[in-house]
Amino acid sequence: MTLLYPLQSLAAHPPRLSPAYRSTVKRSPQKPLIPIRQTLSELTGPVYGHETVREHDHDLTIQHKGEPLGERIIVHGHVLDEDGRGVPNTLVELWQANACGRYVHVVDQHPAPLDPNFTGAGRAQTDASGYYRFVTIKPGAYPWGNHHNAWRPAHIHFSVFGHSFVSRLVTQMYFPGDPLFPFDPIFNSVTDEKARARMISSFDLENTQPEWALCYRFNIVLRGRNATPMENKQ
Amino acid sequence: MSEQRPEGITPSQTVGPYFKYGLTPNGEYAWNDAFTNNLITPDVSGERIRVEGTVFDGDGVPVPDCMLEIWQADAQGRFSDPQDARALPNSSFKGFGRVGTDAKGGYVFDTIKPGQVPDPDGKPQAPHILLAVYARGMLLHLYTRIYFDDEAANASDPVLALVPEERRTTLIAKRKAGAANPAYTLDIHLQGDNETVFFEV
Repeated sequence: MTLLYPLQSLAAHPPRLSPAYRSTVKRSPQKPLIPIRQTLSELTGPVYGHETVREHDHDLTIQHKGEPLGERIIVHGHVLDEDGRGVPNTLVELWQANACGRYVHVVDQHPAPLDPNFTGAGRAQTDASGYYRFVTIKPGAYPWGNHHNAWRPAHIHFSVFGHSFVSRLVTQMYFPGDPLFPFDPIFNSVTDEKARARMISSFDLENTQPEWALCYRFNIVLRGRNATPMENKQ
Repeated sequence: MSEQRPEGITPSQTVGPYFKYGLTPNGEYAWNDAFTNNLITPDVSGERIRVEGTVFDGDGVPVPDCMLEIWQADAQGRFSDPQDARALPNSSFKGFGRVGTDAKGGYVFDTIKPGQVPDPDGKPQAPHILLAVYARGMLLHLYTRIYFDDEAANASDPVLALVPEERRTTLIAKRKAGAANPAYTLDIHLQGDNETVFFEV
């Protein structure tokens, strides 16, 4: 069958069962997924109004009375489809640990300090060219219980919508040159080296703001549509 | 834009255990919800329903750190998206909802019963809601559908027809007897004997 969003694109994703990441063992289906046609239900997706993203939601450093501790950074880039076309007006959500590697989430009891001036959540809508921009704090690495001496490389969680419910993506953005890469089973669940590299932001000196903040560029590529225009059956 | 054609899509990674304060804060964190589990808007027409259930892992243990998202048509089978040429641009019903499971793995959505949406051949599908499942331990979300056990159209639904008969019940929410307002129950099993049917789409 011909699909508007080709399934071949999905080969970049990690296998759902990746035993080195232990929690996948009981949370991945064992029966084969059933292929279906992409109907209007799959080919449409939510549209957001201006009420979804408020004026300062993209700046995680001004959400509280004082400034958060840590290294201020700019994270920006384009949301693109596989043909390199910008995805306009789409919602980009992010969440992350603070500079000490601690999440504000109540379940995170890692003995590192919380920062009263940092929640770690942000939101932006891409412009007409697919561009988004956040101001935040560089997150710290943190330990987790997957195996002995397990540490997550510093990362920022991203959630992106795109053109349809099947272009939905949740991923993690990493920082270049992290020494923890070889030891992280979540990063390495993506088996293809080139695909893994697409999760790593690049240092962006050109857009670094002197005396203020380093900049990282992270382009997010979503599933693309075939050129065939979508039919709208009555 | 200076970008070249990308070599491929950005791979998926898990939402992890700590998404709640960013994606489903629900008043518990200093952040606002972009989306909630209540899709009902004042102007919406159609039957108001509740869909609820529990998410279980392969050991039958409830999953308390799961996020569910739903996407559905309105009662006339139209999507709130200009890509659906039949959409009503002024409707405030968005058709999208999101919830994090509670400490017992439970979830609830308040919405309206969707109408019938055509398949690519123009044949009506039975009323259904799309469901995407995310959790710690899931590197890539899963897609499934919620159907309703009081819909005669299930018998001729082209997607249900692709599912082995003995597994179709994992997709069909059961109407609760005696509930004051219409409510349906559907549990999600990520793995195991009762494993939910997930779709490759």
